Amino acid sequence: MLTFMASDSEEEVCDERTSLMSAESPTPRSCQEGRQGPEDGENTAQWRSQENEEDGEEDPDRYVCSGVPGRPPGLEEELTLKYGAKHVIMLFVPVTLCMIVVVATIKSVRFYTEKNGQLIYTPFTEDTPSVGQRLLNSVLNTLIMISVIVVMTIFLVVLYKYRCYKFIHGWLIMSSLMLLFLFTYIYLGEVLKTYNVAMDYPTLLLTVWNFGAVGMVCIHWKGPLVLQQAYLIMISALMALVFIKYLPEWSAWVILGAISVYDLVAVLCPKGPLRMLVETAQERNEPIFPALIYSSAMVWTVGMAKLDPSSQGALQLPYDPEMEDSYDSFGEPSYPEVFEPPLTGYPGEELEEEEERGVKLGLGDFIFYSVLVGKAAATGSGDWNTTLACFVAILIGLCLTLLLLAVFKKALPALPISITFGLIFYFSTDNLVRPFMDTLASHQLYI
Amino acid sequence: MGAAVFFGCTFVAFGPAFALFLITVAGDPLRVIILVAGAFFWLVSLLLASVVWFILVHVTDRSDARLQYGLLIFGAAVSVLLQEVFRFAYYKLLKKADEGLASLSEDGRSPISIRQMAYVSGLSFGIISGVFSVINILADALGPGVVGIHGDSPYYFLTSGKIHLLSSLYPPSILVPDLIYWPSLRDFFGSTSQEPGRRSGMYLLPISLPAAFLTAAIILLHTFWGVVFFDACERRRYWALGLVVGSHLLTSGLVSWRQGPELGRKAFNGEWDVGEGVSSLLNIFNLPGRRRKGESFKVSHLSIISITCSGEEVEWISQTVMQRA
Repeated sequence: MLTFMASDSEEEVCDERTSLMSAESPTPRSCQEGRQGPEDGENTAQWRSQENEEDGEEDPDRYVCSGVPGRPPGLEEELTLKYGAKHVIMLFVPVTLCMIVVVATIKSVRFYTEKNGQLIYTPFTEDTPSVGQRLLNSVLNTLIMISVIVVMTIFLVVLYKYRCYKFIHGWLIMSSLMLLFLFTYIYLGEVLKTYNVAMDYPTLLLTVWNFGAVGMVCIHWKGPLVLQQAYLIMISALMALVFIKYLPEWSAWVILGAISVYDLVAVLCPKGPLRMLVETAQERNEPIFPALIYSSAMVWTVGMAKLDPSSQGALQLPYDPEMEDSYDSFGEPSYPEVFEPPLTGYPGEELEEEEERGVKLGLGDFIFYSVLVGKAAATGSGDWNTTLACFVAILIGLCLTLLLLAVFKKALPALPISITFGLIFYFSTDNLVRPFMDTLASHQLYI
Repeated sequence: MGAAVFFGCTFVAFGPAFALFLITVAGDPLRVIILVAGAFFWLVSLLLASVVWFILVHVTDRSDARLQYGLLIFGAAVSVLLQEVFRFAYYKLLKKADEGLASLSEDGRSPISIRQMAYVSGLSFGIISGVFSVINILADALGPGVVGIHGDSPYYFLTSGKIHLLSSLYPPSILVPDLIYWPSLRDFFGSTSQEPGRRSGMYLLPISLPAAFLTAAIILLHTFWGVVFFDACERRRYWALGLVVGSHLLTSGLVSWRQGPELGRKAFNGEWDVGEGVSSLLNIFNLPGRRRKGESFKVSHLSIISITCSGEEVEWISQTVMQRA
């Protein structure tokens, strides 16, 4: 897969046009700001003939792309909206997979629920005699953690502004190396221990080496989209497991709440670091780094369509600001990812373009969603109802966020709504619904 | 064995729902979204009902078992009514969405019909309610014995020498073959058991199997209720609405009614003779169950309760039961 390059002169360089070729629905267009679709007349005609789907949640689901040159606005709207439902599912699936991995691990491998110390980012202990002290400690832990994240984010934005690309590349490569090799090794060790499976070192070395090397290649260079997505899901799950293990109880919940607020601020405020990052990248018309953004889309050329480069206009869509940038614990920002296969279409050839745009979600979002659900699984008294309730809440939050994305058409934070719903459902299910359901079950009453 | 019980009961409970999901819903993104949103609505209704029940329980006298049982029944009824209210709310939302979709489409027709939405929303309510009802029981069926894990009363399962007596309660059709045993229970109660807990896997079978069948029935019922409900709303046949609500209440209350309020009272007072409990469970499926009085039957009472109660509660129950034995 080629990274999307601004200098690419092929037409449908719609950055994240995706070609999730689904048989029935073509090109959903998830609109991100500044995206200009690869429009051309052929596509319009093609889209018009296809059926629509839409996110049935609400009225006019407008995944409208703004400012496509040479397109009447009304047509724009009509075309773009629809495949909203497809985008939602394209995100539901990876988020669900990540959560399944995390919950399955939490429920079976005891290592991740054992308390073995804390990270240096949360120095205050929660083993305190009084509730007030514990609360205070967790708030302090949260403050420290959030400030670390803020500092790292700002540092990154500064680096990006001053074009220190190599430094950022190196940083990202170091962190993914650590995730892919060290954390995987630890994870594999614990899983083998749990199931009492013996593995000799040479086999282990071979396995971890292959896994890690292919992961590095897929994430940072080129690789099949599905493999890359799978690796991103896996590293998000690993990161979430680390958080679940090392964050103390109350601190974890307060951190989740605080990070959603931070996310909201960072992405929406004019001077927010993430917003600045996004805007800078847009100005420069370049994709950021193939780092921590999960992309569900890619460009594809299929079929027959006549492509007229000249009519495309400014097709160099700037990488599309991902829905939200979220930083993982190491302060790495999630950048939009642009993986696009080389276009097989040639200008002038009778090629029809089926483009599909996808949505991007920062890996930080994956991580924190999984932390929430994993914590619910770990601490909810072994209760599956709590886990499931949080899971549904997060999915609905994601759905609503995508809806807002369609309405506002610019990068949005994905954490606040989902985490809020998740937290509400966690605490209410654990404390209110669980006793009710347990009592009902003990009397074999079904409701 | 745990795995056999788990898989068997899971497939019994969720087989139809899973098949329906896979074949009709999974392929269409819009339906998947409607499914998840329906689950969300059901969860909200459950949450509100739990709040009501929780408040009532805490403002009243907790030691009055009869009152608590009555409150539980009331809570269940409130929950049923709230579910139907939220079903109506979901209907309204979907109707609006349908209009929006229709207005946005090229040919003025929505990509999904209200009937499909009715079916999917019914299925969603069914799946989430079934999952919430039975998942904990299934999870316990899979894992090693949780009962007594904190070293609570050794009287759980009393003496396993009497375990084999339980087997005589069940008609051969649901007897688990001898091959099945539950090693973890044996480990737990090795010292007190005179025979190697061979039939202890059957303990959870009487709980999880009826639960599984009932769950499957309820999932399908919700699906049908969804369809009937939406259709009734569309055509303004309010008697059909009443029918749905009434049948939901009836179904929900059926289990407790079969047992009789008397049983509930006894359960709280610890007088519940397990034989009654077991035979009532069997009665649900019209299986013959013989009532036999005696200490050994208290065992299955404990096993039913112990799945869902905390260690302390079971401790109390077991002690109470032992006193009366």
